[in-house]
Amino acid sequence: MTATVTALRTMTMVAAINDALALALERDPDVHIFGEDVGIMGGVFRATDGLQARFGTERVFDTPLAEAGIVGMGIGMGLAGLKPVAEIQFAGFLYPALDQVLSHLGRYRHRTRSRYHLPMVVRAPYGGGVHTPEQHADSPEAILAHTPGVKVVIPSTPRDAKGLLLAAIEDPDPVFFFEAIKLYRSVKEEVPEGHYTIPLGQARLVTEGDDVTVICYGGMVEVAQKAADAARAHGIGVEVIDLRTLVPLDTGTILASVQKTGRVIVVTEAPRTGGFHSEISATVAEEAIDFLRAPIVRVTGFDAPYPPFTSIEDSYRPNPVRVAKAIRKVMAY
Amino acid sequence: MTRTRSSRKTAAPPAADPMPTPSPDEMVQLLTPGGEVTDPARLPDPETQRWLYRLMRRARHFDERAWVLYRTGRMGVFPPYGGMEASQVGTAAALTHQDWLFPTYRDTGAALTYGLPIPQTIAYWRTSPHGWAMPQNLKVLPFYIPIATQYPHAVGAALAEARRGTRNVAMAYIGDGGSSEGDFHEALNFAGALNAPCVFILQNNGWAISVPTRAQTKATNLSRRAEGYGIPGVRVDGNDVLATYVVTREAVERARRGEGPTLIETVTYRIKPHTVADDPSRYRTAEDTAGWDEKDPVVRLQAFLLAQGHLTEAEDAEITREIEAEFEAALAEADAYPEPTPAEIVDHVFAEPTPALRRQRAELMAEEAS
Ligand SMILES: Cc1ncc(C[n+]2csc(CCOP(=O)(O)OP(=O)(O)O)c2C)c(N)n1
Repeated sequence: MTATVTALRTMTMVAAINDALALALERDPDVHIFGEDVGIMGGVFRATDGLQARFGTERVFDTPLAEAGIVGMGIGMGLAGLKPVAEIQFAGFLYPALDQVLSHLGRYRHRTRSRYHLPMVVRAPYGGGVHTPEQHADSPEAILAHTPGVKVVIPSTPRDAKGLLLAAIEDPDPVFFFEAIKLYRSVKEEVPEGHYTIPLGQARLVTEGDDVTVICYGGMVEVAQKAADAARAHGIGVEVIDLRTLVPLDTGTILASVQKTGRVIVVTEAPRTGGFHSEISATVAEEAIDFLRAPIVRVTGFDAPYPPFTSIEDSYRPNPVRVAKAIRKVMAY
Repeated sequence: MTRTRSSRKTAAPPAADPMPTPSPDEMVQLLTPGGEVTDPARLPDPETQRWLYRLMRRARHFDERAWVLYRTGRMGVFPPYGGMEASQVGTAAALTHQDWLFPTYRDTGAALTYGLPIPQTIAYWRTSPHGWAMPQNLKVLPFYIPIATQYPHAVGAALAEARRGTRNVAMAYIGDGGSSEGDFHEALNFAGALNAPCVFILQNNGWAISVPTRAQTKATNLSRRAEGYGIPGVRVDGNDVLATYVVTREAVERARRGEGPTLIETVTYRIKPHTVADDPSRYRTAEDTAGWDEKDPVVRLQAFLLAQGHLTEAEDAEITREIEAEFEAALAEADAYPEPTPAEIVDHVFAEPTPALRRQRAELMAEEAS
């Protein structure tokens, strides 16, 4: 963590994100924030609350309702030297913009041989657990991670959210920044005041342990942590790794842990087939097969859309019980 | 006094009305808020007026009950449409069950008018799977959440009807905000180019959550967007159900005759919050909404019918009793739907579940059992 900070302030994750956005606007006149309802309304989750009043309608503005337009226009702003920070209202509404993302966002540097680059950030709330309506709880991070030239960041704590978002905005290349809806207001933490960054590509050791490595990010970190706490009561040491960024991926931290524990569980709330959990599993299998003492286990969502059916939606998301079951399984192998 | 849906379905199509070509900036209005008839020749007959009135009352009752049920935890988050009944009822009433309806989350009133059963509609807003399992005898799809994405579907459904040689049409709804999405524009262009029998309803209710229409676009008359695609566009007073009905009937008949799509902009207002969980005071003032209560579509027609002697106070009270009884019976039916089981999460993904899905279903069931 690079920092020029002193005081700490207790904040929710959404407040920490708001704080990071305000600092970015303050420090760099090129930073512009835009999207649907980000102006006077301050975003549907209030992540941009007060920013338009403070920085004006040119720096923080509502766009027409069109995600392809939001990302496409952001690309043009980035080409011309601004630092666009776009908000997509929910990750599930990113899809109209996928043409811009897949066709252009990650390719500009490559196809102009670095003559142009896109210092753009696209923020989007993602994931389930709070009974949102249909199509408001998607976890499409693997689609972005599978897109060359695009970085993917998913914080799990207020402190990380602030430092990672500032790093993302200062990064010369496009970054997707997914914010777990479940965590916006449910966790509070002391967050350093003022400017600091957390480098992209460095995972965080949440808990240390010698027996099992649980790899996760975003909304699944608290789930893994609860399972780890429960396992510790049974004398099983669980090392929880919060990836923080999927691209770039901190394979060093993952492999060091696997070499120690020899048992790996990967937890995400995304659909199972083709998810980023599979990428992590493959990486471990390729790089550390000799250290494995049990098969890698994935604890994930299902190969079905996230259900809009409130009374059963909790069964879609991995929970501490499922992670605990996976821990027992790898320990018993 | 009410026409039933089935009598409409079997009615012979009326003789072709000539499509009027209003000046592009004219807003079609048949009954002013003050109760004056502007164009007696186009006014629907009293029986139809009463039928539309009753449908609006029925739609309003659902909206009002949904709020109350939400507050007591018996309904999920619900996007209200109170004040927009003329825009939804007058348009959907022009369809038969052979026609397609593509409604957004805002359009519960349109879906009820088309014929979506109330118990199922309640189930949808309670987020029960029963609300998504659309009745076999209807061509209506679950309310669309991803804005504008349903518009091209309506073109395809309409085109399929035309290819099969039917006279059925497809109707799709969208908001002023939604009309900024690319899918809206692609659909209008496709429908024109392929002469698809579509009726596009653009409900301009002044707001897209916190964004007013004037910030959404520099265009001041959204019906004129049709010109760019070479199709007719009509602007209608969206709080005048007689006007929305007549204009939509004309567009539907045009489509049935094989003369292609129409865009109808209903000029109305979202006097309610975006959803029951929204607080509009963050982004609009009383001045913004001033004047719209007086344009209430239900009150407008009610006053007219009473003044004309087409409706008595006693008949009005009877309508109230009927729609209340209908709703309460439907609520009891919805209350009796069984709770879903977690295994339903993985059902209905494919006709033949993949091996992975079979495993996942077994996992869910084992978890349930333990
Ligand atoms: C593709 C997509 N982007 C964003 C949203 C989030 N959203 C839901 S409603 C809404 C505003 C829609 O306004 P409008 O089309 O005018 O319809 P209204 O709600 O006023 O009926 C937005 C931005 C969404 N559902 N889908």
